[in-house]
Amino acid sequence: MVKSNEVLLEIKDLQIQGFSEERWVDIIKGVDLTLHKGEVMGLIGESGAGKSTIGAAAMGYARDGTRISGGSIEFDGMELTTATEEEKRSLRGSRIAYVAQSAAASFNPAHKLIDQHTEAPLQYRLKKRTEAQEDAVELYRQLRLPNPEEIGFRYPHQVSGGQLQRAMTAMAMSCRPDLIIFDEPTTALDVTTQIEVLAAIRDIVDQYNTAAIYITHDLAVVAQMADTIKVLLKGEEVEEAETKEMLDNPKEDYTKSLWAVRSFKRSQKERPKDGVPLISVKNVDAAYTGGQKVLDDVSFDIYEGMTVAVVGESGSGKSTTARVITGLLPPMNGEVQFKGEALPPDYRNRTKDQLRQAQMIYQMADTALNPKVQISEIIGRPAQFYQGLRGSALKSRVDELLDMIELEPSHFYNRYPPELSGGQKQRIGIARALAAEPTFIICDEVTSALDQLVAEGILRLLDRLQKELNLAYMFITHDLATVRAIADEVVVMQHGKVVEQGPKEQMFTPPHHPYTDLLLSSVPEMDPDWLTTLLEERGVDNVGDAASAQIDTDASKVGGSKQGAQQESGG
Amino acid sequence: MNFFVIGYYALLLGASCLAAYMNRRAIFLLLFSLTLVSFILGIIGGVAALRAVTIAAGLLALAGMVAYGFREFLVQLSEGNVGRPLRESGGVFLIILLILAALAFASNSFDWGLAEIFVAIGVLLLIIVPLSPETAKELRRAPLTATFGLFVIFTYIVAGIFSSVIAPHGEAEVIASAFAPADDTMLLGADQLGRDIFSRLIYGTRNSVGLALAATVAAFILGAVAGLLAATKGGWFDQLMGRVADVIMSIPSLIFALLMLSIFGPSIPVIIGAVAIIYAPRVFRLTRAVAGNVVVMDYIEAAKLRGEGTWYLIRKEILPNSTAPLVAEFGLEFCFVFLLVAGLSFLGLGIQPPTADWGSMVRENATLISFGDITPLIPAAAIALLTVAVNFVVDWMLHRSSGLKE
Repeated sequence: MVKSNEVLLEIKDLQIQGFSEERWVDIIKGVDLTLHKGEVMGLIGESGAGKSTIGAAAMGYARDGTRISGGSIEFDGMELTTATEEEKRSLRGSRIAYVAQSAAASFNPAHKLIDQHTEAPLQYRLKKRTEAQEDAVELYRQLRLPNPEEIGFRYPHQVSGGQLQRAMTAMAMSCRPDLIIFDEPTTALDVTTQIEVLAAIRDIVDQYNTAAIYITHDLAVVAQMADTIKVLLKGEEVEEAETKEMLDNPKEDYTKSLWAVRSFKRSQKERPKDGVPLISVKNVDAAYTGGQKVLDDVSFDIYEGMTVAVVGESGSGKSTTARVITGLLPPMNGEVQFKGEALPPDYRNRTKDQLRQAQMIYQMADTALNPKVQISEIIGRPAQFYQGLRGSALKSRVDELLDMIELEPSHFYNRYPPELSGGQKQRIGIARALAAEPTFIICDEVTSALDQLVAEGILRLLDRLQKELNLAYMFITHDLATVRAIADEVVVMQHGKVVEQGPKEQMFTPPHHPYTDLLLSSVPEMDPDWLTTLLEERGVDNVGDAASAQIDTDASKVGGSKQGAQQESGG
Repeated sequence: MNFFVIGYYALLLGASCLAAYMNRRAIFLLLFSLTLVSFILGIIGGVAALRAVTIAAGLLALAGMVAYGFREFLVQLSEGNVGRPLRESGGVFLIILLILAALAFASNSFDWGLAEIFVAIGVLLLIIVPLSPETAKELRRAPLTATFGLFVIFTYIVAGIFSSVIAPHGEAEVIASAFAPADDTMLLGADQLGRDIFSRLIYGTRNSVGLALAATVAAFILGAVAGLLAATKGGWFDQLMGRVADVIMSIPSLIFALLMLSIFGPSIPVIIGAVAIIYAPRVFRLTRAVAGNVVVMDYIEAAKLRGEGTWYLIRKEILPNSTAPLVAEFGLEFCFVFLLVAGLSFLGLGIQPPTADWGSMVRENATLISFGDITPLIPAAAIALLTVAVNFVVDWMLHRSSGLKE
């Protein structure tokens, strides 16, 4: 669906090198790209595929430590590789704009939104200040921001993440550029907020006939946004086709494997008929010192060998629940039981054995592993600490653990975490948890920082380990695809309350609690018409924050009765 | 016009033309502007000024060559991985160091005359430990200033350990009349009591640097332990330590040192103690800030949940991740401590006569300056050189740990 035949951006045989380990390494190995006026192109690929590097190169920009070593970038008849810095700067902001992944980090916290918005039009003397401000308000209205008249006069920290991302898009539009580069604009957002941002971006790009490069690793998202999709792998193009064509019959094996990622499923287990739950959270209220209640009457059970997924938006209290279970945050009311016995609320008062039973795997493997300690010691320490292993017994235990997580022991024994890839680090994190020989593991968003293929590998590994070692998992996630893949039971949380819980199959079949419904229907699907259909069904003003706010006020009654019914059938 | 001047200009012009021909912009600009400046200098100062420029350039080149050579030397040693057996021996190495220290102490008390040898072996072992292929990689990227600094520090270490061998006379030995001029036996002449200034300078290395080093180490142990504990424990302990540090920092350091020294008398343990207390709060602040950033990491949480004790957390998890800024701070503090000790000696409250000390040497011979003799300034220059050298090394380390590129 090419909207115009006029070429706006033409990249030919682009080569970019990065400086690492004291030599130049090719990052982009000859990529061609043609973008017509008003066309939206999706760039997808794993991390390290060079998506963002190409996005930056489209502005004639090479990040620190990289250089454009070959090829040509022609923007509307102007060659950017040979252009002077002055010439390139006059394009940026006025004719090419950039929307970054983290709007919160990209806005200057010391200035009001509207002042940052009007900076570019004033700089290029396109508009007077008052005109530019009026225009900003107009754009805010078009992007469906609440209180468009007033929101621009707030500081970035006074605005929510989804709104900030839309304000950033408005800022990019301020000079009505010909090309906007969106670098993973919704990756850091919750599914419910993501819809709002996607709908807003799509409409405004459509309205002003702006060309866009949309960078993401999420296929379902790119399917909603792009006219054409280009798949990248390790700095090389795999294939390019129109969205529908690409989704219906991908040609290359790699593309097919990307499509197939979501296929991993395992059979759902039932709770044992009789028996005590392994971990039981009973009527827990919790708050951080001096703050509001973060958890309000949270109760759920986790049985041996089962996976319980805890889902909800950010701020719903998922991770706080994990902190209560581990004892990092003693609850105000209620208790956590282990095999029917109450655990001491503070981890400092728990015995070594109690500590050993519950282990954690963290979201960010980078901060979860000490960068200055060898792998052998990271994994070996729990074994040494709990089981008192030494010398050759310890070494063989570490080897066994490395085998278990499918890493070759001799390669990894003496290495340090910064030398490993993201997936490998996450595996080391799993091995550290296993080394304690626990019965229960809390997985806090373990796959959300990883690429889809790598994440799938981790999920398979966790599943295999569960079968072999009869582990119970508490799986904290906001990704419903992961839930579908691995969970036996699901707990849905909103604003610190459990709104619905039950076996997975029951949870994914209607009728739902309205909040669960909102979460489920907000997950993008591969169908390119999904967003359009959804918006028609729900109406543009009933997505994201607005929709979840409505649930708060009127739905507790429905939720309560439903929850009761669930517990009867489940128990 | 003599041959020196002709040669001088010919060399400069030739070199700048060569640089221009080779397209070395920076070198060409430097050389050619030096040529132009030399015209003016030559007119005003004559041949003497040109000679001074030549000597300065020669010294600079010499320092550069020394730094370059020293760097290559260290790189070669590192690539040979000399430190490996020591690093892998673990406890044995510590025991060897302890034995050497005991031997040095015994030798000192029983007058075997071997103390220097034992100390030298110990220091040598300590220097060798960090030499590994990774160090080689870092060293190869190190700027010449840093290796020059390392070389100067190395020289001071040698002078300090072997001062009794190097110095031609004893440090308190009166060998000539007061303020006797330099001759064959006295390189720099005699001081106000007729003692050899050169010998006292060499002995001063041991006394002044040793004292400053001991005081810095003491300040670091105090401050770092308190800072690490405050960061891990938090709560009231953190508050208490913070307020104690505030109180100490609110007293002017020199006044505080003078107060302590006049109460307890100027002996070496008192100087070390006073200086350590003055400088510990700064170390405390830095350590607490650095460790505070590390403590919030997930791996610390994991270790806490495992049930590890505070000591393990500090030693294995926090300390390895905060060494770089602490080492840099050590270098900086060492300079400040050195200056403070020298200042105290100058005021007569530091190291007491007849022990040689650079600070008091400046004061004792200060009268010579009015006669146009610069010998009293040589100890001051020694202090300055060491301070600059340490700062060169610290700059390099800061640069490395901050991950800045150019």
